[in-house]
Amino acid sequence: MSRVRLLWRKSLNAVMLTLTGVAAFGVVSILFLILGYLIWNGGRSLNWDFFTQLPKPVGETGGGMANAIVGSLKLLLLAALVGLPVGLIAGVYLAEFGGKAFSFVVRYTTDLLNGVPSIVIGIFAYSLVVLPVKHFSTLAGGIALAIMVIPITVRATEEFLRAIPGSLREGAMALGASKWRTIASVVLPAASGGIITGMLLALARVAGETAPLLFTAFSNRYWSPGWNQPIASLPVMIYTYAIAPYDDWHRQAWAAGLILLGLVLLANMGCRLVLNRRGITRSV
Amino acid sequence: MSTTSTTLEHTAPPSAGPRAFVQRLRQGDEVAHVITLTFAALILLITSLLVYELWINSHLSRTKFGLSFFWTQIWDPISGDFGALPFIYGTLVTSVVSLVIAVPLGLAAAIFLAELAPRRLSDGIAFLIDLLAAVPSVIYGLLGIFIVVPLMRTILGPALKAVLGDLPIFQGPNYGVGFLTAGIVLAIMIVPFIISVSREVLLTVPRDQREAALGLGATRWEATWKVVVPWARTGVMGSIFLALARALGETMAVTMVIGNDPKIKASLFAPGYTIAAVIANEFTEATGDLYLSSLIELGLVLFLMTFVLNGLARLLIIATDRGGGHPS
Amino acid sequence: MASASQGNSAAAEQVARQMRLSEKTSASSGKEASVRFEIADLNFYYGAKQAVFGLNLKIPKNKVTALIGPSGCGKSTFLRTLNRMNETIRNTRVEGQILLDGQQILQMDVVKLRRRVGMVFQRPNPFPKSIYDNVAYGLRINGYHGRLSDLVEHSLKRAALWDEVKDALHKSAFALSGGQQQRLCIARALAVDPEVLLLDEPCSALDPVTTAKIEELMFQLKDSCTMVIVTHNMQQAARASDFTAFMLDGKLIEHNETSKLFTTPQDPRTEAYITGRFG
Repeated sequence: MSRVRLLWRKSLNAVMLTLTGVAAFGVVSILFLILGYLIWNGGRSLNWDFFTQLPKPVGETGGGMANAIVGSLKLLLLAALVGLPVGLIAGVYLAEFGGKAFSFVVRYTTDLLNGVPSIVIGIFAYSLVVLPVKHFSTLAGGIALAIMVIPITVRATEEFLRAIPGSLREGAMALGASKWRTIASVVLPAASGGIITGMLLALARVAGETAPLLFTAFSNRYWSPGWNQPIASLPVMIYTYAIAPYDDWHRQAWAAGLILLGLVLLANMGCRLVLNRRGITRSV
Repeated sequence: MSTTSTTLEHTAPPSAGPRAFVQRLRQGDEVAHVITLTFAALILLITSLLVYELWINSHLSRTKFGLSFFWTQIWDPISGDFGALPFIYGTLVTSVVSLVIAVPLGLAAAIFLAELAPRRLSDGIAFLIDLLAAVPSVIYGLLGIFIVVPLMRTILGPALKAVLGDLPIFQGPNYGVGFLTAGIVLAIMIVPFIISVSREVLLTVPRDQREAALGLGATRWEATWKVVVPWARTGVMGSIFLALARALGETMAVTMVIGNDPKIKASLFAPGYTIAAVIANEFTEATGDLYLSSLIELGLVLFLMTFVLNGLARLLIIATDRGGGHPS
Repeated sequence: MASASQGNSAAAEQVARQMRLSEKTSASSGKEASVRFEIADLNFYYGAKQAVFGLNLKIPKNKVTALIGPSGCGKSTFLRTLNRMNETIRNTRVEGQILLDGQQILQMDVVKLRRRVGMVFQRPNPFPKSIYDNVAYGLRINGYHGRLSDLVEHSLKRAALWDEVKDALHKSAFALSGGQQQRLCIARALAVDPEVLLLDEPCSALDPVTTAKIEELMFQLKDSCTMVIVTHNMQQAARASDFTAFMLDGKLIEHNETSKLFTTPQDPRTEAYITGRFG
């Protein structure tokens, strides 16, 4: 082994290992960069008006995004009401009742649905809910988001139900509990912490989605009572304002971005911390 | 029998006779099975319906253009002539650019986290990277417009031109938006997935592999690059496919920085268009059924692309879990 | 005259003999009458693999019967057929007769069976609920309303746990120590007042002091509850049981009163196991 070769190998070693560290810290710093920019630009523009006022007519400065905040909440509510139960019960099926072949098909399809680009989900909701009545609606947007919530919820439910040890189920059955009784009174309550966390993560994910709302819920510069009218939402407002030529709108877009990101990150941090404490680590 | 003072009856509980009570319990299990199965089947229904709707609603353009849709360059709403090629090109180019940036970056970071960093640091950083993955697309778009685009226009672009300006991909005017900018933003968006999955896969490589290499006198880098990573090869490939599938479908961030020009250009500085971006931009403006149908057909194409990629990715990751990652 | 008195004493002898015989039969028929479980020609299969071969056994009422044998001899499998817990595993098959007080358990409703035949498992498995809710669980699902608190208290007293937890019934069951959790599981099983209690190596995860407490418990309970305990601890079997059955490779080798089985085993294999020549 020549000395030169050894030196080369050692230097290469040092350089490459350092580069990996640089890469890791570099990626992490992006997160802080994003947060920093948003806090800097968005924080300056946050004021009471933002939360309470409706958008002003195009070209006028001022106004706020009260309707978009409420709109996002309404859409999330609908997504939760429709998507969470479906995901939960389907997850119960996969974990507790499923036959081998059918379960495989369901799981595969759930993963498939999970991987569908959100804009395609938007097209689907459009053809289901918007096309027949020829107008955009909160309902259409909510359905689109609900469809996205389902696969995430199914996965979380199944995973946490499976994690409940068989000894608990046996204990209940030995006392004379039927299968559904065991699931409802022992297994589900035991898994509820993880399942609820998974549901919150699912909602946090769809809260930031823009594409599926572009032609379902569309947007609205006013309040949108009921479920049949187009409705404003934070992500769509951010998009609309960001690509517009008005500085004032850019300012508001930053503010909205800060709020949106803040809420999404808080929800994610909270949920992941809870999960980590239970000793569960998952990849995205 | 029990001799205690609080003797319990072993026969019927207060309500109906024992047989009926038991019947109810029996049925309870059956009912629960049926209900849960129905909801599981609902997922199948939704997905099938999705494919069906995409197929049906793209009927006009499919029948009009047939397969030539895929190699027609024109996208002209006014004359009613639509072709998918510019968008397929744009989608592929931006995705490839994002992979070229994100894969080395992501793999390097994953190696650091799995092999070098102490466990707690690794977990902490992985946690932060998971947060990065949760940032909404539109926020990346926001930062793309106001930070990356000016950066490209003023610093990055000129720098690349100065160094590599002879290459056709770096020629032509640079406005800040375009394939490269979109690729960079996409790269930042997909890198967390590559890191997450690769890190997990690398962590499953058995210790003795590493130790065998080190025992033979390899440097840590050599052990990692020549033994550990190859062992996890299939899983890492899987993570790349997953990231690619995401890149293909990314809409908002790309729309905001790509320039929205349905042209095929060699230069990375040129503005372009992706499938997701054109749907996002033009769907609500689409006048006429053929226009809308063409857009929906594009959606169908995108669906198929991501379907195939995701399927492959899952297979690769499953193969890693089972076979320990090395080809058998 | 001598022949007559000889005949008399012979007759008396005969009567005495008859009396002793009838005593024996009445004693044994008394024993017959107090059999809780009667198992005949039991075969059990996990898929294609047979785990229990032609088992015949009578389990006496209100006594403790111990099942001993080396690992894998089928004693736990056999125990679990008695409350049909093996049905929760796919692909299992039971052949033969198992009679509980004369009734075929395989034809009985399984929920009813499990109320009458309770089980305590190897590792304590309390539910993630409060102590109170754990004990009340069996009562609630079997539709008993009314004075739950009294029944809960009674069960906890029978399990010798009441004094330790009476002020903390609302606390989580996981706040208890391992031995207390196991006694909680016993209380939980006792709450529905089972006729039989099956114990599958209940002390294997516990320390000697707790084990002694639980053995003491079994002694107090057996007057009201037939018990069948699987144990790999022969000293425990010798201490705590009235009857012992030795199993090997899925077959019942020997079954007798505990004292007799341990002092004068009939089968050489039993002797080899007891003396520790294999295990």
